[in-house]
Amino acid sequence: MSESDSWFLQELESRGVSRRDFMGFCSAMAAVLALPRSAAAAIAAEIQKTEKPVLVWLEFQDCAGNTESFLRASRPTAAEIVLDTLSVDYHETIMAAAGHQAEAVLAKTVKERAGRYIAVVEGSIPTGANGVYCTIGGRSALQIAREVCGGAAATIAMGTCATFGGLPAAAPNPTGALGVGDAVPGVKNLINLSACPANVENLTALIVYFLTFKRWPPLDSWHRPLFAYGKAIHDNCERRAHFDAGQYVEAWGDEAHRTGYCLYKMGCKGPVTFQNCPNVRWNGGTNWPIGCGHPCIGCAEPDFWDKMTPFYAHLQGVPGFGVGSNVDRVGLWATVGVGAAFAAHGFMSLGKRWWNAEQHPAAREQAEEAQRRAEDEKKGGRP
Amino acid sequence: MTHVVVDPVTRIEGHLRIEAEVEGGSVREAWSSSTMFRGVELILKGRDPRDAWAFTQRICGVCTTVHAIASIRAVENAIGATPPPNARLLRNLIIATQCVQDHVVHFYHLHALDWVDIVSALKADPAKTAALAQSISDWPLSSPTYFAAIQNRLTHFVERGQLGPFANAYWGHPAYKLPAEANLMAVAHYLEALDWQREVIKIHAVLGGKNPHLQGFLVGGMATPVDPDKQASINAGSIAFMRGLIAKARDFVARVYIPDLLAVASFYKDWAGHGGGVGNYLVYGEYPLDDTKAPKLFLPSGVIRGKDLSKVEPFDPEKITEQVKHSWYDYAGGDDKGLHPSSGETKPNYTGPEPPFEKLDTDGKYSWLKAPRYDGLPMEVGPLSRMLVAYASGHPRVKELVGAVLQKLDVGPAALFSTLGRVAARGIETLVLAERMEGWLDELAANIDHDLRIHDNDKWSPSTWPKECSGAGFHEAPRGALGHWVHIKDGAIANYQCVVPSTWNAGPRDAAGKRGPYEEALLGTPVANAEQPLEILRTVHSFDPCMACGVHVVDAKRRLIARVRVP
Repeated sequence: MSESDSWFLQELESRGVSRRDFMGFCSAMAAVLALPRSAAAAIAAEIQKTEKPVLVWLEFQDCAGNTESFLRASRPTAAEIVLDTLSVDYHETIMAAAGHQAEAVLAKTVKERAGRYIAVVEGSIPTGANGVYCTIGGRSALQIAREVCGGAAATIAMGTCATFGGLPAAAPNPTGALGVGDAVPGVKNLINLSACPANVENLTALIVYFLTFKRWPPLDSWHRPLFAYGKAIHDNCERRAHFDAGQYVEAWGDEAHRTGYCLYKMGCKGPVTFQNCPNVRWNGGTNWPIGCGHPCIGCAEPDFWDKMTPFYAHLQGVPGFGVGSNVDRVGLWATVGVGAAFAAHGFMSLGKRWWNAEQHPAAREQAEEAQRRAEDEKKGGRP
Repeated sequence: MTHVVVDPVTRIEGHLRIEAEVEGGSVREAWSSSTMFRGVELILKGRDPRDAWAFTQRICGVCTTVHAIASIRAVENAIGATPPPNARLLRNLIIATQCVQDHVVHFYHLHALDWVDIVSALKADPAKTAALAQSISDWPLSSPTYFAAIQNRLTHFVERGQLGPFANAYWGHPAYKLPAEANLMAVAHYLEALDWQREVIKIHAVLGGKNPHLQGFLVGGMATPVDPDKQASINAGSIAFMRGLIAKARDFVARVYIPDLLAVASFYKDWAGHGGGVGNYLVYGEYPLDDTKAPKLFLPSGVIRGKDLSKVEPFDPEKITEQVKHSWYDYAGGDDKGLHPSSGETKPNYTGPEPPFEKLDTDGKYSWLKAPRYDGLPMEVGPLSRMLVAYASGHPRVKELVGAVLQKLDVGPAALFSTLGRVAARGIETLVLAERMEGWLDELAANIDHDLRIHDNDKWSPSTWPKECSGAGFHEAPRGALGHWVHIKDGAIANYQCVVPSTWNAGPRDAAGKRGPYEEALLGTPVANAEQPLEILRTVHSFDPCMACGVHVVDAKRRLIARVRVP
């Protein structure tokens, strides 16, 4: 370590973290990101840069669930330190300043660090009624998002509301709520971390990835990092063997439920949901929803409040699987199922436009209107 | 006279705007406005009532259990489902964990910076800080070396010049009264509490898969299986794990939070004379202790009027109404009369200024919150209300602790009706619950030895429900009394209404011009510097605002909302 880096080691020590622990963390991060072990040194060097990258966190039509998730960052134990290497200049829920002093901090960052800060957005952006459904400091969420995300080096949409519109955008979308990508089209380096809320360990991994490689990770068709959204929950589920064997929970609290059999028949959406929930788990790896005995509700997928409901109705036609299939057939079909689930991922992507058009005419109109407005603005038309 | 606007009010959940008129160094008039709206109840219309808890849960991610609990209770009440004893115990543990964790986070991470000057901590003497810490508690992290390391970390942070979330605050404000050593101790505990809350909340991960937004809820029971002989169920191992977390929770509350609260309060005793508010207190009650239709509650329900602790009235749900005279909604029968939530209507009518704006028209409508009233009166809800009703009802542990706190601070019971009283009541409640939790865990352990039921399977299928039915679910959320009302028709939600703690507390004036609790509590609050209204934050934060909870209301009968002020 060079002399100029010593502050960091001092800070680590003052928090009871040894250099060895820190390097262990960097190796673990490399593993989460599926990088070679040699990358750990690069990660360590990057984390110790003297100026902390600036991050501003905007909350719009939110429930602060992603903020709470952020406060739970717990694995590895040095995660808090890694987040300390950022300067979180604006975050309504935790910042000391209030009112115009708070807004002044945001304005300063946007002006003085134009193109050199990261914006995190939590909550959807209402586009109905000229934005009156969410105002902060007298300005609408849409006005703020255009300015702040528009000037950011990158925007991270944290949670399904910021990503896809989420709960406020569920039919009939009373406020014309949209995710960042739809509300502020063309925003630079948009990364979506969907799920309700997003798992903070994925945010940590994403930030470390960016600090290390000066670029953003490969994304799926929904702008989600492949390292976290590349596989179906079903394919990593600890109960998968029971699915393949045709062993299902039939009633809450029955022998099968207590034993930990597959929740497919109770409505599990794991086969059509892409997230690393089963691997990363939650709250320091303590548990995850299926682990507590409840089916997956598909919260990482677009329009899940409409597509995945009723939550307790079992998925129809998961290929390779049929309720009532005999064991031999299930074994055969299950093999096919893996490929089919991936095919479903692609299919869902293609189906997004269709879905919005058919199920959410309001959302589609809002999206089109937002698009029109953005284009008008570019042409110097309407404000 | 100076017109002060605080928007955004930070260190809360959601979007709150306070406007106030300051004259002669104190608040003469105040208005509370909520500036965000989603329409969750409208979204619920036509959906499966068994799904509703997951939707309403997302009303708030801070109090991430409360709308799920109220929702499943409302639907169970409507369809006649009876959760078995294990479900009641699991829920009590979840609710108490939420309350304990949330109150600690509020004290240290949302409220403390109103009383604690972080910058002043840089000047503290670590040895004297250690002496102070050791004089108030036997908590082991209290050596001079420990506080020197915390100070060192803080110094590094400040010297690097990037103050992040601590930039541009009111440091050095004359209303900060703590000595530097007390500030340093509080900063250390701010950091410890951040670690603590992450650990303690693992109880939710065990019982609900994750936090925030735990997923183990079911109408009719819980989805978390119990079985001492299965590894996929709550068993002896998971009970031992939770027992350790409960001990950790209780330990920190008893040995850090309560001593800190008393130490900080002793420097701010003048705040027992500010922030009194409406003086009416409403509690629905919580923590059922048996499985009867009208169970005994660990924290009792009741109503106190006009700060009169000699009389606790029984709570009557029929006396609840909501008004919209100063809210951005219209009532078909006119805005001068309140409506009961079961027949509530909500037609949004935004008449506020076009954003960006500087000032609200506070003579007209000025908030997305309605104004709930009980028997026509504004009511404060939350920890202070709960502790007052429990105290006045003779709850032994609450009486003992309230008495001890008053004695320690050398103030009389009238001091409870204040900003400081709210802060103290929250701490007392946290301790009472942290002490009670292990008992529920013991009961759960004893019960799963012979009873593995977690759910009322007989009422799961909608075919077993009445063709049309209605129900109400009541709950004491960390921030106060919460009610959900549901009407179910042909197995689907026909109407859904929530009346929420922060709607009670943060709501605007009613048709009679009576202020809401925030507004009333702000009157007379001293303001040393109108440019830095730190004191306004103190009183508002003492309620622990949760605005996303407060604003969600749309009449489920309306499918479309008229667009307003489209350019």
